[in-house]
Amino acid sequence: MITLDTIRKRFGSLDVLQDVSLAVRPGAVTALVGPNGSGKTTLIKIVLGLTRADVGTLHVDGQPADEAGAYRRVIGYMPQAAHFPSNLRVGDVLDLVTQLRPGEATDDDLARAFEMHAIRDKFVGTLSGGTKQKVNAVIAFMFRPSLLILDEPTAGLDPLSANVLKEKIRSVRREGRSVLITSHIMTELETLADDVAFLCDGQMRFAGSVAALLERTGERSLEEAIAGLMRAERAPKLSTAPAVAAFTPTPWLSPAPKGAV
Amino acid sequence: MRALLLTLACVTLAARDAGATDLVVGRGGAYTTITAALDAAKPGDRVVVRAGTYREPTLVIRTPRLTFEGEGWPVLDGDAKREVLVIAADDVTVRGIVAINTGISNLEDRAGIRARDVRNCVIEGNRLRKNLWGIYLQRSVDCVVRDNDITAEGVRQTESGNGIHLWYSPGARVERNRVSGHRDGIYFEFSSHGETRDNVSERSQRYGLHFMFSDSCNYERNTFRENNSGVAVMYSRGVRIADNRFERSWGSAAYGLLLKDIMGGEISGNTFDRNSTGLFVEGSSRLSVRGNVFTQNGWAAKVLADADDNTFTANRFSGNAFDVTTNSRSANSSFDGNWWDEYNGYDLNRDGVGDTAFHPVRLFAMVVEQHPAALLLLRSPLVSILDAAERVLPVLTPEALVDRRPLMRPPQ
Amino acid sequence: MNVISLVLQAGLRDLSRNRWIVAYALCFFAIAEGLFWFGGTGPQVLLSLLNLVLLVLPLVALVFGTIHVYSSREFVELLLAQPVPRRELFVGIYLGLALPLAGAFIVGAGVPFAIHAGAGASAGGVVALLGAGVGLSLAFAAIATWIALHTDDRLKGVGLALGVWLATTVVYDGLVLGAAAAFGNYPLERPLLALMLTNPVDVARVLVLTQLDVSALMGYTGALFQHTFGTSLGIGVAAAALLSWWVLPLGLAGRRFLRRDF
Repeated sequence: MITLDTIRKRFGSLDVLQDVSLAVRPGAVTALVGPNGSGKTTLIKIVLGLTRADVGTLHVDGQPADEAGAYRRVIGYMPQAAHFPSNLRVGDVLDLVTQLRPGEATDDDLARAFEMHAIRDKFVGTLSGGTKQKVNAVIAFMFRPSLLILDEPTAGLDPLSANVLKEKIRSVRREGRSVLITSHIMTELETLADDVAFLCDGQMRFAGSVAALLERTGERSLEEAIAGLMRAERAPKLSTAPAVAAFTPTPWLSPAPKGAV
Repeated sequence: MRALLLTLACVTLAARDAGATDLVVGRGGAYTTITAALDAAKPGDRVVVRAGTYREPTLVIRTPRLTFEGEGWPVLDGDAKREVLVIAADDVTVRGIVAINTGISNLEDRAGIRARDVRNCVIEGNRLRKNLWGIYLQRSVDCVVRDNDITAEGVRQTESGNGIHLWYSPGARVERNRVSGHRDGIYFEFSSHGETRDNVSERSQRYGLHFMFSDSCNYERNTFRENNSGVAVMYSRGVRIADNRFERSWGSAAYGLLLKDIMGGEISGNTFDRNSTGLFVEGSSRLSVRGNVFTQNGWAAKVLADADDNTFTANRFSGNAFDVTTNSRSANSSFDGNWWDEYNGYDLNRDGVGDTAFHPVRLFAMVVEQHPAALLLLRSPLVSILDAAERVLPVLTPEALVDRRPLMRPPQ
Repeated sequence: MNVISLVLQAGLRDLSRNRWIVAYALCFFAIAEGLFWFGGTGPQVLLSLLNLVLLVLPLVALVFGTIHVYSSREFVELLLAQPVPRRELFVGIYLGLALPLAGAFIVGAGVPFAIHAGAGASAGGVVALLGAGVGLSLAFAAIATWIALHTDDRLKGVGLALGVWLATTVVYDGLVLGAAAAFGNYPLERPLLALMLTNPVDVARVLVLTQLDVSALMGYTGALFQHTFGTSLGIGVAAAALLSWWVLPLGLAGRRFLRRDF
């Protein structure tokens, strides 16, 4: 679906991404995980074209991403936190996005499930964080995108709505569409993700299937596997902590070659 | 009606001058030239000039008590070569003629109508066009110049004389004339005890009214409009200037009314509207400036430090860029009980007089006085801030120049 | 419908309900109405409003504009994630800020004059004041947008906006005044006229002055001033200067928007 090849990005003196490569398969949910500040958001923004990579290429459906951003037609994006102009009504926001993407097939499932019709006339400023997040989700799924980029999608959602959303993610996958998702809730990712990409300090430390990760780390759950990876990352810095042996990169930890996943 | 009046006039004249006759020039008259009629006229006669254009050598009236009258606006043409009409006898009346085209001369002051060394002449209801000088009273006493219409459009200043010019001609009455386009509209020099009323003097190349060395004159209800340099009044005493309008004199040296070395006098009830400088007072003293209206002038009143003992009361200042300015911290004129639109004090005892004093001289006005280029900052927020600061703590503006009893309502 | 008008409409809808914008319009309205109420004539009200236009309007446009651009950051990112060109988005976002600012001013300052049928103020004066206010709104909204796009640190950005406000409204004229006093013996008029053109607040002031204080401008320095700015050519030059104060920051802001990472 999308392929990132040796992406490099610096902000000032900070190397945010160093030669990161990632491929998101069609019909798969790819979990992007990593500690805070590992470069996940920057990576997502590079995919969206909000941020430009210093080095590296982005291919969407085999085509290089165009500067004008027409490729974003296939993408639905749900940012971490929804901030809409507070004096717009929910209907205004939904109409604006719909009109910005004219002629695209629409999918009203989520709008129905989240009962958008009931809050269309409400001002965004009066909505609770969870309700805003629902609007946020509706916008992301509205155009039947073949790639969904979801940044902490269930944050702030009540359990019922979170379930509706997760169900929607599964149905998207069943339809052969792709999802790139970040979350801090590993158990949630466990039930959703097919592939996992682990970023740390701007480097892609693992990219592959969840099964492969479990097999390599010997852990039983994604949560434990990722926690193990994070512990290993921090170990060299904590010289007084001898508990875990120095993390030595093994072949599967090197960046996944193009098309390998 | 007109015929009746004329008849009455004839009867009156006839009664005074037994045997007075009408000498008619032109169509149907006994004379074909005015010169011939004037030669034949006897004191008290009436010369009637019928419509037509007359090109004759300068006409000189030498017969006392003669009435020289046009019928149907006869045109007396100077052919750009000579003066048109000269009154050289006492008690002569000239009316109803059109005197044109004296032409320009550097050697002589050619006038449309000149009165020379006479008494009691009356010049009324004439039209003067394209003359170097319009009506010129020269050493003529107690003359009347009224209801004349005098224009000299499109002539350069160096090629133009004054509209109504009085030189050593005391006791004159100048009334209801319209003058435009001359160098000075109305000019008095060494002509005291004159009365100038209800005239309109506009678009003069220099001053609408200009007088010097003419004491005890009275100027009332005149309108001076769009004169290049406004009105200038100099070196005279006991002048009364009341109920006139001074409008739209614009330019770097233009004044609604310029007073220079005037000793004692009254400036009252006048309106100064949209002049670069409304009233300019230099070297004058004991003037009472009262009940005037100053609106939308650049500088409403500029009172130089060498003017002393002048009092400003019951005047109304509104919409001026600067109300009062001066050239020094020492000020010798006083302001008391005027209305200022920029005054925003209060009146707790409701006696119609503001409880706090008003300082009409703004810091910025003083700055501009010293550095004219700073005018470009007029109405800048910075200037407002500086002015406000100066009002609280005067450093540069004359402290003495203050109105301690500013009015709350404009005087009627 | 095209992207610019869609985003602009959203901005108009949002800010027309923004309480600061509404308060801003009401403030102009209340002051103008208050001045009329207390017996102010049209020309007097015009002059009082000129002070607001030269002082308060730039402050509001700069500070409100900067904060607004910062606070719409996430929404802009959401819009940027849609398949629309950045250039059009930028124009829509900018106009969605600048037009409500200008509109609030026009309504607040213009309606009282309409109610009182000018009250003796010349039509040229009212038009010049409203025009100058709109010009300054557009220019300072562009500067604010540029600041917010250029500086990610919000506190720094708002500080910068305040700095620009102080510099353009007070400091610049202070320097000009200082120069006029220091070099008073030289013919300063022409250099100073040129200096007036390089500050948007001065250009706006100059444009209104040619309509309001004609008498003062007809004398002394004013003659040259009037010569320069009073003619239609001069007004054109001044308008062009104000326009460049709009276009230049807008161009810089636009370039920044096109190139920057969000």
